[in-house]
Amino acid sequence: MSFENIFRQYSWEEVKASIYSKTAADVESALNKPQRDLEDFKALVSPAAAPYLEQMAQLSHLLTLQRFGKVIQMYIPLYLSNECQNICTYCGFSVDNKLPRKTLTNMEIMSEVAFIKEMGYDHVLLVSGEAAKTVGVDYFKNVLSLISPHFSNIAMEVQPLDLEEYQELVPLGLHTVLVYQETYHEEDYKKHHPKGKKSNFSYRLETPDRLGKAGVHKIGLGPLLGLEDWRTDCFFTALHLNYLEKLYWKTKYSISFPRLRPFSGGLEPKVDMSDRELVQLICAYRIFNQEVELALSTRESETFRNNVIKLGITSISAGSKTNPGGYTVAKESLEQFEINDERSPAVIADVIRRQGYEPVWKDWDQCLIM
Amino acid sequence: MLRIADKMFNSRLFTGTGKFSHPELMESALVGSGSELVTVALKRVNVNNAQDDILAHLKHPHINLLPNTSGVRTAKEAVFAAQLAREALETNWLKLEIHPDPKYLMPDPIETLKAAEELVRLGFVVLPYIHADPVLCKRLEEVGVSAVMPLGSPIGSNKGLKSIDFLEIIIEQSKVPVIIDAGIGSPSDAAKAMEIGADAVLVNTAIAVSDNPVQMARAFKLAVEAGRMAFEAKLAKPVKHAEASSPLTAFLD
Repeated sequence: MSFENIFRQYSWEEVKASIYSKTAADVESALNKPQRDLEDFKALVSPAAAPYLEQMAQLSHLLTLQRFGKVIQMYIPLYLSNECQNICTYCGFSVDNKLPRKTLTNMEIMSEVAFIKEMGYDHVLLVSGEAAKTVGVDYFKNVLSLISPHFSNIAMEVQPLDLEEYQELVPLGLHTVLVYQETYHEEDYKKHHPKGKKSNFSYRLETPDRLGKAGVHKIGLGPLLGLEDWRTDCFFTALHLNYLEKLYWKTKYSISFPRLRPFSGGLEPKVDMSDRELVQLICAYRIFNQEVELALSTRESETFRNNVIKLGITSISAGSKTNPGGYTVAKESLEQFEINDERSPAVIADVIRRQGYEPVWKDWDQCLIM
Repeated sequence: MLRIADKMFNSRLFTGTGKFSHPELMESALVGSGSELVTVALKRVNVNNAQDDILAHLKHPHINLLPNTSGVRTAKEAVFAAQLAREALETNWLKLEIHPDPKYLMPDPIETLKAAEELVRLGFVVLPYIHADPVLCKRLEEVGVSAVMPLGSPIGSNKGLKSIDFLEIIIEQSKVPVIIDAGIGSPSDAAKAMEIGADAVLVNTAIAVSDNPVQMARAFKLAVEAGRMAFEAKLAKPVKHAEASSPLTAFLD
């Protein structure tokens, strides 16, 4: 049994039609319940919920406050490599993007680490493209051993790995793995990923199952918003979350909601998602699930980020570079996407404080991974 | 006064350090609460940094630190974390928290009992966070814990004393102090906990996330004092109706 079995019971078109047929009464019913199910989630992301945005925001704010308190976790990406054998039509690292590639050496990694630590960070997210020969599990094992003395919490957003590989990485200090499905629309997925290991939709879809079995502490989910109808994609994310929570009950979950960003040589989003709709989505996730962590990256603009801190977000990055060596050793290397909020972590921390929240730099300890 | 292991406490309100919007606000609230035992998550503090934001604001002579093992999932991890906490925070007191379920943070009774036994053997003063399970409380007492900390309702839920029937059994049977932890959402919940005979309560979320944590901390202080006074003065039991004449036993007069 894996998520694929559940997933195959649903039809994209039927789910989409069901979301678009939700009414104001469905939205009101969802808002007034003590616990919400997947049908309620559909109502909350449906066009019918648009007039209820302020009410949703207030509820989302309160639910987040009660569960997480007045704190925002700070994290930063560390790009290790932009080598990649996949074609992803929306990504700067795509193999058909004929630009020089870079994979950081130990010395370069430590230089980046020193810079990141200087900014105050203690939670780091390792990112790479997919180039299994040069940036495979042995590379990651080396990186984890190298950097785990310097960070309290290490997350990874790299290619999906096998169960045994995750089992090797977890004891080396790997706390969290983010694996974004990009889209749950299978035909569209194949269109956007025509070449490379990533073209295997099912292998990616079942990655969170492998992570759950490997005992990783936190699993991050999320589609890339802009490839397909976001409401339907996010319903499947919620379905995935529900499934995982019941089966891998010792694992924490987080959701991200990256909107497509421009990069050198990229495609235009098929679906434009407005700020208003993104706020609706953030609130819908929170109202649906009080415990899930919601992460906000520097893909979003200053104004947007300033204003959504109180709406349900639990973690935020700042000062990020999306290219390997971007902090110190190779500032001009190929980046994955253009960031939208260039403010430093210190400035963002002040923005957070001014809203009555505490930026938290450390909320884990390597001694808790055995 | 309340005695736990070798320490005496004037205040029966224990507090936590999470969820506050600012370390200075946390400090003012905790000082205002009069709390003498304050729990700190090992995972939140930077033990290598003397200027750690949380620890730096807890340096008051009357505040004792109670490190907790939040984040561990097994007895083995808890014992390891406890030893680090003892070394780093220079106290052998420990709030033993093993909640492998990150959604509702429900304590694992089996791992908790195992860890408690080992930690007592290693010389810790162990205060385990547990479900309101009277048998588990007796088992923990038998392995030598210094107090038990049954929950009123899920952590952070502000739902009050949902487990009250079981808490009353625990209080009736316990030979070690009973600290009601988790779920206490309002001063009236705290007062109720004290009225039914709890030795202390631990409150965090309800203070930290209120609009005015300093004032809320003081409200809890007063409620805990009032509840304890009422308990000591022996509350009259509620009766449904006035005492009737005795039709069944009048013939004995």
